[in-house]
Amino acid sequence: MESVVVRSIIVLSAMAALFGVILAIASKVFAVHRDPKVEKVVDVLPGANCGACGYPGCQGYAEAAVKAGVAPVCPPGGTDVAERVAEILGSKAGEHVPVVAVVHCAGGLSNAQQRLDYEGIHDCRAAILVGGGAKACIFGCLSLGTCKAVCPFDAVELDSEGLVHIDVKKCTGCGNCVEACPVNIIELVSKDMKVHIRCSSHDKGKKAKSVCAVACIACQLCVKKCPSDAIHMEEDLAVIDYTKCTNCGICAAVCPTGAIIDDIKARPKAVIGTKCEGLGKCVEVCPVKAISGEPGERHEIDRVKCIGCGLCLDACPTKSIGMVGALGHQRDRD
Amino acid sequence: MDLGQLLAIVVGAIFVSNFVLARFLGLCPFVGVSKDSESALGMGMAVIFVMTMASLVTWFVYNYVLVPLEITYLRTIAFILVIAALVQFVEMVIEKTSPTLHKSLGIYLPLITTNCAVLGVAVVNVDSFMSTGLSRNASFIYTLVHGFAAGLGFTLALILMAAIRERLDLIDVPESMRGIPITFIVAGLMAIAFLGFSGLKIG
Repeated sequence: MESVVVRSIIVLSAMAALFGVILAIASKVFAVHRDPKVEKVVDVLPGANCGACGYPGCQGYAEAAVKAGVAPVCPPGGTDVAERVAEILGSKAGEHVPVVAVVHCAGGLSNAQQRLDYEGIHDCRAAILVGGGAKACIFGCLSLGTCKAVCPFDAVELDSEGLVHIDVKKCTGCGNCVEACPVNIIELVSKDMKVHIRCSSHDKGKKAKSVCAVACIACQLCVKKCPSDAIHMEEDLAVIDYTKCTNCGICAAVCPTGAIIDDIKARPKAVIGTKCEGLGKCVEVCPVKAISGEPGERHEIDRVKCIGCGLCLDACPTKSIGMVGALGHQRDRD
Repeated sequence: MDLGQLLAIVVGAIFVSNFVLARFLGLCPFVGVSKDSESALGMGMAVIFVMTMASLVTWFVYNYVLVPLEITYLRTIAFILVIAALVQFVEMVIEKTSPTLHKSLGIYLPLITTNCAVLGVAVVNVDSFMSTGLSRNASFIYTLVHGFAAGLGFTLALILMAAIRERLDLIDVPESMRGIPITFIVAGLMAIAFLGFSGLKIG
């Protein structure tokens, strides 16, 4: 009996010791050099493994960053993370323009016609296989919230109209929703851009209007009124060239269907000073007909109509117009 | 040793007494790593590999250490020790020699170091092949084949489960049943389905 106990203890101890020695030797022989920086970089990353940086997950990003010695752009992390990664690597952060997702459709349940009742799998990618989805407009949002499901940052909301709203504060521009959306109506746009076309319909005006009350009907008013030549037509749809757009908001003001959204809640207003000689140049350029007055007398601006585009400032020969108000900046008369 | 017997062992380990759905071993990875079929496959490969290796080493340990010293009652502890050390060792070797293989297989290895299914294979091997008076050669080959087939059975169950769960994600499941609860129900139904194999007779 005693011998069994002794034997057991000896054998198990010997086995454990043997394996311990083997593993100790193996860990030296098969040691893989791991850079401690990689772990530090992983720690400061957002950890959503969204892949927006182009690497397979945050681990992949960290390995690539340490290997290259510079911090690639991490769209969700933004400048903050870029700086901290750069600090670990001892290099400078890459240039980073923050982008957010923008949805190019405003056709909610009350505005857009439905042509069938869809009762299948609750996923846009599945719904589009059934004759292009339930909406009469085949270009529009399917309102089943696949973008919401794939958003790792909880930045997407669906309202009671079935419209997608993106919380600009939460959106990190990772692009997961852009990839998931089967109708391709989501686009990543610089955070500074505030005026967007909220329609993706390439239908001709009459048809577009018949299926959706807020569709782009290709009237081209915005194209004509845009002072910076930033809007052009692409197959019966107005498209903003964000490299030229100045956020003036004229297009949103002139759009007859409301397909263009102006996200700047309050705009500055133009004010005419005492130097005004009543030459009327401003009346000619004002896109919303907010300026009135007799020739030769000081003109007046209707502050309700004025959209703060600033066109009159540049047109005024006597430099007597200024901007005041909301945006936090003031363009002075000089 | 004959081929009919080998076939019976293979079919038995995969279907009739599937480690997950009939013996109810290794349920933790079965629920944990079955969210998508890609990682299910990776996990399955790792389990096949570890189960075969574990069968191999535990055969040696049992026959050349435990039996001669008459301490076979220690098999559970001894097997855990051997398998844990082996898996650690193999992981180190793979990480050094083949980073690609380590990426696809290595991350699952620590998960199954002392998984009960792996230990179960070793114990079942002892009960069915080593203490039943088979010749050394026959018991060695049966053990290896059984270890491999048990891994296959585990992989089959895991991949089936992953495929079902991928579909479950798209289905309108009642709020409180989403995720793990519905998975348990599915696991139960699968076990009942696999019960049908118990009537299978080979040879």
